[in-house]
Amino acid sequence: MPLEQLVQYLVSGLTLGSVYAIVALGFTIIFSVTGIINFAQGEFVMLGGMLSYWLLRGVGLPLLYACLLTVLVVSMVGVALERLAIRPARRAPIVSLIIITIGASILIRGVAGQLWGKDAVALPAFSGEAPVDVLGARIAPQSLWVLGIGAAAMVGLHVLLSYTMLGKALRACAINRRAASIVGIDPQAMSLFSFALSAGLGAAGGIVVSPLAMMSCDSGAMLGVKGFAAAAIGGFGSQLGAVGGGLLLGVLEALGAGYLSSSYKDAIALVVLFIVLFVRAHGASGERA
Amino acid sequence: MPTPARIPSFTSRRSPLLITAFLFLLLSSLAAGLVGCSAAGKVEPYKIGGLFAVTGFNSPLGTPEKETALMLEDQINKAGGINGRPIKLIIYDTESDETKAVNLAKKLIEQDQVLAIVGPSSTGESLALVDTVEKAQVPLLSCAASAQIVQPVRKWVFKTPQSDSLAVGEIYDYLKAKSLTKVALLTSSGGFGTTGKKALETAAAQAGVSIVASESFGDKDTDMTVQLTKIKGSDAQALIVWGTNPGPAIIAKNMKQLGMSLPVFQSHGIANRKFIELAGDAANGVIFPAGKLLVASSLPDSDPQKSVLTKYAADFQAKYNKNADTFGGHAYDAIMLLKKAIEKAGGDRAKIRDAIENTQGFVGIGGTFNFSAADHNGLGKGSFTMVKIVNGEWTKEQ
Repeated sequence: MPLEQLVQYLVSGLTLGSVYAIVALGFTIIFSVTGIINFAQGEFVMLGGMLSYWLLRGVGLPLLYACLLTVLVVSMVGVALERLAIRPARRAPIVSLIIITIGASILIRGVAGQLWGKDAVALPAFSGEAPVDVLGARIAPQSLWVLGIGAAAMVGLHVLLSYTMLGKALRACAINRRAASIVGIDPQAMSLFSFALSAGLGAAGGIVVSPLAMMSCDSGAMLGVKGFAAAAIGGFGSQLGAVGGGLLLGVLEALGAGYLSSSYKDAIALVVLFIVLFVRAHGASGERA
Repeated sequence: MPTPARIPSFTSRRSPLLITAFLFLLLSSLAAGLVGCSAAGKVEPYKIGGLFAVTGFNSPLGTPEKETALMLEDQINKAGGINGRPIKLIIYDTESDETKAVNLAKKLIEQDQVLAIVGPSSTGESLALVDTVEKAQVPLLSCAASAQIVQPVRKWVFKTPQSDSLAVGEIYDYLKAKSLTKVALLTSSGGFGTTGKKALETAAAQAGVSIVASESFGDKDTDMTVQLTKIKGSDAQALIVWGTNPGPAIIAKNMKQLGMSLPVFQSHGIANRKFIELAGDAANGVIFPAGKLLVASSLPDSDPQKSVLTKYAADFQAKYNKNADTFGGHAYDAIMLLKKAIEKAGGDRAKIRDAIENTQGFVGIGGTFNFSAADHNGLGKGSFTMVKIVNGEWTKEQ
C-alpha cells in the first residue's frame, strides 16, 4: 500500500504540475519578449476548456476540429489583447501594462460568463475512462494525455525557439530588444507573436485538462496564480525553469496533501514560493526577475 | 487654427446621438408611466416584495425562485387573488451581492411599502438584511439554507429550506440501518462545506458514528485523488462528501478511477442535473439526502406532499419547459405560506407575522411546516428523503 500510495500521489502531482507548467510557460514567453507579466494567462486556459466544450456540444463539431479551432481562436484572442490593449499603451511603464492585463482577465472572465453561463463544463475524456494500472496505482487515461501534451508542448517549444528563424528572432528580442531591431527583427511583430503563442499554448492546456478538472468561467484565476508561482519558482524568463517549477509545485502539493493534510495544500505552494524568492530572488534558474 | 475647426464638427457629429438618446429616455419614461397607470386597477393589490439573486454566482438559485414567484402570482390572480384582492409582486435582482440586497430591501420597505419580503436566495444575503427587517418590522421569508438565519429565533425572520442538520440526521439514520459506523469525511473548504462539516461532527457521537478520517478540498480544486488515496488507506466503511459542483463530481470520477468501492454519501448540494451531467457514469451509486421534489413521481400515494409536488413540477414544466428544482420549491413554500397568512390576517404586517408563526400542518415542497415561537423553519425529520442515482436517474432509496 505505501508504494502504491506514493505512486498515486506522484502521478496526481505530475498531472497537476503539467498544467501549471503549461501556464508558467505562457507567462515566461511573454515576459521574456516584452517584460510584461500577463495576468490574463489563466484566462486563456479557461477559454480553452470552455470554448472547446461549446464548439463540441453547442455547435456540434467533432472533438478534434473543436480542439484545433479552439487553439486558433484563443490565439486570436491573445493577438487581440496585444493589439487592442497592450500596443496602444506601449509607452506606459511596465506596471501599467501589467495592470492592463489584470483588467483584460476580468473582462475575459465576464464575457465567458455571459456567453456560456456560470456552470462548470467538462469535455469527454479523449480515450475512455477505464483506468490504467501502474505499480498498483490507478491512472486515468486522460492524465496520460495531459502528461503527453505537456511534454509535446515543451519539446515543440524548444524546437521552435532553438531551430527556427522565427524562434531565434524571438530569442534575440528577449536577449536584447534594441540590438534585435538593428539587425532587422521587428520587436512589435515578436511581441504580437509571443501573445499568440502563449494564448494558444494555454488553450491547449485548458482543453486537455478539462475532462479531469472541469472548467467554469472563474477557473482561470486559480490556474493563473498557480502558474505564476511555478514561473516564479523556476525564474521568469527560463523555459526549463518554468517546466521544472510547475512539476515541482504539483508534486509538492500532492505529497503535502497526502502525507500532511489536505487543508495545507495551497499553503504548501505559497511557502515554497516564499522560500525560493527569499533564497534566490530571481528564481531557481532564471537569469533575471 | 486646426483646433477650433475640429470642435464644431465634433459637436455636430455628436448631436444626433444626443437627440436620439433624449428621445429614447422620454419615450421609455412615458411607457413606464402608462404601464404604471394600467396596473393600478380598481382594487388595491396586496404588495409582496421579492429579492432573488437572478444574476451573479447564485443565479442557479435565484433564477428558478423568481420564475416560481411569477408563476404563482399569475396563478393566484387568475384564481381571484386573496380575499378578492389581487397580489402584486415587486421583484428585484440582488446580483448575489449582500450590500445590494440590503439596499433593495430598504427600497421594498420604504418606497414600495410591501407587506412582506420573500427571499433572498443565499445565506450571506439573508443574514445581511436581518437587522433591516427586524428594525422595520417586516416579515422576511428567506429562501436560504443555513440554520443560522433562524437560530437564534428572530421575531420577523422565517426560512423555508431544510437545515443542514436534517440532512446529516437523514444520512446517519441510513448508516445506522446498514450498520456502518466508521466514516470518512471529505468536505469543501467553502461556506457550505464548513457548516456541513460542523453539523456532521456535532451529530456523530449521538448517532454512534465515529469519524476516522477528515479531509478537505478547495472549491476550485481540480483533482482529489490524493485525499481519496489517503481515505482508501483508512478503515472507513463509508465516505461522506459535502460540497457543491464541480468538486463532488470530480470526487465521483476520481473514486471510479481509483477503483474505490466504498459506499459514497453526498449532500443535498448535488441535488441537480448538473452533477449527473458532470460526473457521467461515476454518478451511479451515489446516495444523498434530497427534498422529495426530485423523486415526486415515485413517492407512495399516501405521502401527503405527493399531490403538491407533482402539481408544482407539472405547472413549472408547462410554463417554462424545464424541470422544476428544489430552489424554486423554496420560493413556492415562502409565497404559499404568505398567501395563507394574508388570507387570515389581511394587509397588516404584524398580523401576517403572527399568522405565519402559528401556521400548522402546511404541506409544501420542502416538507410539512409546523411553525412555533421557538421554530421559525418549521420543518422536522422526514422532510428529506434518501435518493440514489441509478443509471443516471434519481431513484428513491429503500
